[in-house]
Amino acid sequence: MKKVYGSAHEALEGLLFDGMTIAAGGFGLCGIPELLIDAIREAGTKDITVASNNCGVDDFGLGVLLKTRQIKKMMSSYVGENAEFMRQYLSGELELEFNPQGTLAERMRAGGAGIPGFYTKTGVGTVIAEGKEHKEFGGETYILERGIFADLSIVKAWKADTTGNAIFRKTARNFNPPAAKCGKVCVLEVEEIVEPGTLDPDAIHLPGIYVHRLIQGQHEKRIEQRTVRAA
Amino acid sequence: MAWDRNQMAARAAQELQDGMYVNLGIGIPTLVANYIPEGVQVTLQSENGMLGIGPFPTENEVDADLINAGKQTVTALPHTAYFDSAESFAMIRGGKINMAILGAMEVAENGDIANWMIPGKLVKGMGGAMDLVAGVSRVIVVMDHTNKAGESKVLKACTLPLTAQGVVKRIISNLGVLDVVEGGLKIVECADGVTEDDIRTATEATIVS
Repeated sequence: MKKVYGSAHEALEGLLFDGMTIAAGGFGLCGIPELLIDAIREAGTKDITVASNNCGVDDFGLGVLLKTRQIKKMMSSYVGENAEFMRQYLSGELELEFNPQGTLAERMRAGGAGIPGFYTKTGVGTVIAEGKEHKEFGGETYILERGIFADLSIVKAWKADTTGNAIFRKTARNFNPPAAKCGKVCVLEVEEIVEPGTLDPDAIHLPGIYVHRLIQGQHEKRIEQRTVRAA
Repeated sequence: MAWDRNQMAARAAQELQDGMYVNLGIGIPTLVANYIPEGVQVTLQSENGMLGIGPFPTENEVDADLINAGKQTVTALPHTAYFDSAESFAMIRGGKINMAILGAMEVAENGDIANWMIPGKLVKGMGGAMDLVAGVSRVIVVMDHTNKAGESKVLKACTLPLTAQGVVKRIISNLGVLDVVEGGLKIVECADGVTEDDIRTATEATIVS
């Protein structure tokens, strides 16, 4: 069982194809799989559907795959930080499926848990509910949302052992665990790979069963809104 | 005369009760954290995966792995807990968050809220707003009573695409406080120097007494 690869490029070997669906972790630029995104840019894979809460900024995160026109469709909850996104969307080059943030997270979680659909109150009576099955439970109306089953998950954690047991740091966890679970194959990038036995088994956030390939590397970890108070 | 942004936030903070778990939206609602009454301990939730949001960091404390839902750098508190986005919205959808205080473009007298999209303008997305207003038991809107053109944002029916139907319980505007009740809105309180007539004039929605 070899999960550790030498580079993002090697870890993606044989996994990329045109027209594929990729689930990506991260919230804004926090906790994004920046090394894997860059390797996908280099690979030149086209017509990708990406399920990710946001789409990076113009020159960082998933934004770099927009610039190279590799993304055909985004499934996101908020895309306000990206001018190139708006340009491609308004000109019809890019498809966009808005999902309420919690619905997107649960669609990923459900897909990873083998659940093809679930009912939620979120979005009832809004454009989100159009065309979706409505059902009453206990006198309240819910809509059917579908689980996401991706071809590939690309996620980022803080540390993992060589078997893929991973821990995240602070709010960089965000969409990474649900995104990791909903792909047929999951590639994880971390800041540090450690030997089994180093991480406390009681503190594992993502068990290694969900992780198929693993790389370690340097992360830029760009900050989107640096807000500070006087010392 | 009316309340300014900080006075609206201070008034909204009076809604907080000891022990509550609360989600604050972006804009004026974020300022509510500055006015939490003494003796009241509330835990603020950030939907990107955090309970117990601390103040902005000093320059030395800035951590790229620690941000709020507005993507601003924040700090943690001794009782902070982190979790993933699916867990975060499970607690929202599951009704565990006691109160959401958020902004809006329009609110209707039946509690409908529109705060995510203006047709024909750039659409950025709803983020977590639809999940929050659908899942949190008490939704309070803090917003200006009228828009820049002087038109009422408190309407008989929303004209913009909805975020949710019938969820708003209370509106705190620059003119005062109104509750959503049977048949329309009820004036609960007037801002300093504002009369009930001023509120009626600025409100398109039905006001019941």
